[in-house]
Amino acid sequence: MTTTAEKILLRRAETPGYTGSLADYAARGGYQALPVALREYKPEEVIELVKRSGLRGRGGAGFPCGMKWGFIPKAAPVKYLCCNADESEPGSFKDRQLIEQDPHQLLEGILIACYAVGIRTAYIYCRGEFAHGARVLGRALEDARAVGYIGRNILGSGVDIEIHLHRGAGAYICGEETGLIESLEGKRGQPRLKPPFPAMEGLYRKPTVVNNVETLSNLPHIVLRGAEWFAGIGTPKSTGTRIFSVSGHVERPGNYELPISVSLRELIFTHAGGVRDGRRLKAVIPGGSSAPVLTAQHLDVTMDFESLAAAGSMGGSGGVIVMDETTCMVRVGEVVTRFYRHESCGQCTQCREGTAWLHKILARIERGAGRPGDLETLLDACENMKGKTICVLSDAAAMPVESYLKYFRDEFEQHIRDRACPLRGVAGF
Amino acid sequence: MFSDEMVKTFEQILSRYPVKRSALIPILHEVQARDGYLTQEAMAEVAQYLGLHPVEVVETATFYDLLNLRPVGKYQILFCHNLSCTLVGAERVLAHLERTLGIRVGETTPDGLFTLKRMECLASCGTAPVMQVNGEYHESLTEAKVDQIVSSLRQRAAAS
Repeated sequence: MTTTAEKILLRRAETPGYTGSLADYAARGGYQALPVALREYKPEEVIELVKRSGLRGRGGAGFPCGMKWGFIPKAAPVKYLCCNADESEPGSFKDRQLIEQDPHQLLEGILIACYAVGIRTAYIYCRGEFAHGARVLGRALEDARAVGYIGRNILGSGVDIEIHLHRGAGAYICGEETGLIESLEGKRGQPRLKPPFPAMEGLYRKPTVVNNVETLSNLPHIVLRGAEWFAGIGTPKSTGTRIFSVSGHVERPGNYELPISVSLRELIFTHAGGVRDGRRLKAVIPGGSSAPVLTAQHLDVTMDFESLAAAGSMGGSGGVIVMDETTCMVRVGEVVTRFYRHESCGQCTQCREGTAWLHKILARIERGAGRPGDLETLLDACENMKGKTICVLSDAAAMPVESYLKYFRDEFEQHIRDRACPLRGVAGF
Repeated sequence: MFSDEMVKTFEQILSRYPVKRSALIPILHEVQARDGYLTQEAMAEVAQYLGLHPVEVVETATFYDLLNLRPVGKYQILFCHNLSCTLVGAERVLAHLERTLGIRVGETTPDGLFTLKRMECLASCGTAPVMQVNGEYHESLTEAKVDQIVSSLRQRAAAS
C-alpha cells in the first residue's frame, strides 16, 4: 500500500523553481492565514482551533501544542515565544529544510502563535551551525517587516509582534527548552530544574512558549483549512503529517512528509526505496538517536506517537536511521554514546558520569578489549541514569543502549568472547 | 579595541533584548568573525562592554563548540562523525582527508590554512557524509570530492 496524501509543509518547498522569497510565498497562498486569524478569530479562538486540530509538538516530546499555549497565564503583561530552531537530534534534518526553503511559512506560523497567546516578542533560536539558514531567516524577517507583517500594528490590526533571530553556538542541549532559554539569556545551556515550567517562568523568568519549527509551520495551514481537516489526517491521537528524515542504508535518503499514520515498512521500502544494494534490514532507529532501536519484526508499526511507544520506542524528532545487515551494533552504540558523552552539559552526576561510562565500555568492547561483566555494568549504569536528572539527555543516552542489548545481546557477547569485532571493515563501518 | 562599526553592530544586537547578557553569544560571534578566535583580551573587553565579570564571559564561551578559544586556520573544517554519516563511510573519508591535509583531527596545517575538527550531527543525514568549511555545507562526500574541495580552497587562498 502506498500513501499518496498531499504534502502540506513541503508542498511549496518541493515545487520546482520555488525560492522561498516573500513574493514566491505570497504567490502560492502564503500570508493568507495571518489576516484571517487577525480579523476573524479572537486570540483564544485560535488556541481552541489548535487544540481541536490535535497538533502535537514535532520537536521530540509530542506535547499537544494548544494545551501548551493554554498554560500561559492570560493576564501576564510580558510573555515570550521561542521558536526552537536548534535541530540537533542525530538523524533529524527536516527543520533545516523548512528554514532554508520556506522561511516565511515559519514566520507566518510564529505570528499566528504570538497572536493566539498574546505575545509581542518572539525569538528564533537558530542552531549556530545553520549559517545559511540564519541568513535566509534574516532576509525573510527584513522582507516581512518591510511589508508590515512584523512590527507595530500588523496589517492595521492594532497587534504588535516583533520577531528576532538569535544564533546559538553549537550545543545539542540547547534544543532542550530550558537549556535553550538559558542559552538565549547568554549563559551556558544548562537545563533548569522543573517546575517551574517555562509556561510560568521561562525566558527572563516570564511566561514563555517554546515551539519547534515544524510545529509552528503547521499553523497557517490549520488556520486556513480548519481543525477538522487537520485532525482528519493521521490517527485520532496523532494528527496531521510528519516530515520523516530518513537516512543510513536506504536507496533514497531524504525528507518524506507523510500522514503520521504511515507504517515504518512503507516509509522505508516504498518512499525511501528500500535497503541499499538489496541487503537485509537489521535495525531501525525511528525517532532520532535518542529513540530505542527497532528491528525487522517491527516494520508494520505505524509512525504515530502511540504506536511507536507501544512498540517500545518513540516518535521523537522523526529522524529514521536505517541499518542493514553489515552494521555492527556495538559500533553503533559506541558512536551514539560518544555523542551523548560529548553533549552532556555536566551538571548532573548520573548523566556526566553515566554517558562517559557507557561510551568507554562500548568503545573497549568494540576494539576487542571487552571484559566479562561489561554488559551487566552497562545495564546497571543505564538503570542509574534514567529518571534521576534535571533533563532527559541522560535517559536519551541510556534507553538506546538498553535497546541494543535487548535485541542484539549475542553480538555484544561475541565481541567480548572473541576479543574482536566480527563486522569490522565489512562495509567500511 | 572595538571599531565604531563593530560597536554599532553591538548596539543593534543589544536592542533586541531586554537583558544585556542575551547579547553575549551574538557579540562573541562578531568578535570571532573578526579575530578567528576569542582572545582573553577580547573576552575581557566584551565583559566590560556588557557589564559582566570576565569569568561570566569565559564561562559561557567555554560551553559552545563553535566558539574557538584557540587560534584556528583560515579554513575551519568541521567533519560530522555521528551515526548517519558513519553508516555511509564518514570515517573512511575523514581518514583520507587527514592524509590529504597531512594533519590529524584537532590540528592545524603548518601553513595556517586548515583546521580539522570532528563535529556532531550537522542535520544533513540524508546527504551524508557531510562537513562544513567556515559554516558552508559540503555534502555527499567522497574521497575525490574532499580532495577537490581542499585543492580549490588552496587555490583560492593562493590567489588572495
